[in-house]
Amino acid sequence: MSAKVITITSGKGGVGKTTATANIGAALATMGQRVACIDADIGLRNLDVVLGLENRIVYDLVDAVEGRCRLNQAMIKDKHIPDLYLIPSAQTRDKTAVSPSDMIRLCDELRPDLDWIIVDSPAGIERGFKNAIAPADEVIVVTNPEVSAVRDADRIIGIVEAEEKGTPRLLINRLNPEMVKQNNMLSADDVVDLLAIHLIGIVPEDKAVLISTNQGTPIALDKKSLAGQAYQNIARRLMGEEVPLLDLDKSSGFFNRISSVFGSGD
Amino acid sequence: MDNFINRIFSKEPSSADKAKDRLRLVLINDRTDLSAIAMENLKDDLLEVLSRYIQIDPKSMRIDITQEGRQQRLIADIPISGPVSRKY
Repeated sequence: MSAKVITITSGKGGVGKTTATANIGAALATMGQRVACIDADIGLRNLDVVLGLENRIVYDLVDAVEGRCRLNQAMIKDKHIPDLYLIPSAQTRDKTAVSPSDMIRLCDELRPDLDWIIVDSPAGIERGFKNAIAPADEVIVVTNPEVSAVRDADRIIGIVEAEEKGTPRLLINRLNPEMVKQNNMLSADDVVDLLAIHLIGIVPEDKAVLISTNQGTPIALDKKSLAGQAYQNIARRLMGEEVPLLDLDKSSGFFNRISSVFGSGD
Repeated sequence: MDNFINRIFSKEPSSADKAKDRLRLVLINDRTDLSAIAMENLKDDLLEVLSRYIQIDPKSMRIDITQEGRQQRLIADIPISGPVSRKY
């Protein structure tokens, strides 16, 4: 077996790439898959805190690339899930410390012992992004239903296609079903229509995501939350299963639905 | 309720519709690297060349870039009003 490398990117910052990386990795690992998440955002390390592993870092990606440690010494084992590992980024170096060919070599070295390698790309279209997509077998573009994020996603899709990495799949993050219903937010259909690529999943805006990130536990482990279910479904789709999209209207809750029946909703 | 009635009767498009319309144009510009001004110039040049062969009413001529998947397509709809009287 050889691991598949999935790179998570977006162009625009702050749309939820790191959260998506942590949760797709965690969801795959809960299904018994062997997963390594690589933080390719050198100088702006963050995947460690989202996974709650910031206190366990000894060696990082740049140490491994420059041969100061063996690759498995830079792999931090997750607290919650067996067979989930993090390769943290270096905090005090810059993105030129690693090259695209370094990333390809590193991933090739990891492939035999894993099922999935999830690479968290930095924002932008420069060296760090090029590093992140170099080893990718598949790219997932994360966007929010918002004009600037969709525009940047379109740019990134064009670049990924030009780099011959295939057409990426789209993850729409922080969709607010209430706002879509009021016609004040682009719907998932609108975004798919504009970008003209296939969806891998829709993650609704969910307070539980921030709360779980505060605690350093991926939301994907909370199968009661809508966002957690959305990430579980994305992982299943990556595994080749056909999973229908979540019914996000459920998020409006039982009492809201009752009140809208009686016309007391706003 | 007021809000609801306003929405039904107003001609004002919703903010999501505005976002989608604006994005549609921005993405076409980004993908083709053709600005609105460049499109006007293209239209003028096309008109000049075509007018050597056929009579065209510039006002009835329509040129758009449409999106088909991730492919852009230049669509020109040019009604012909008559042949050019050639001077031999």
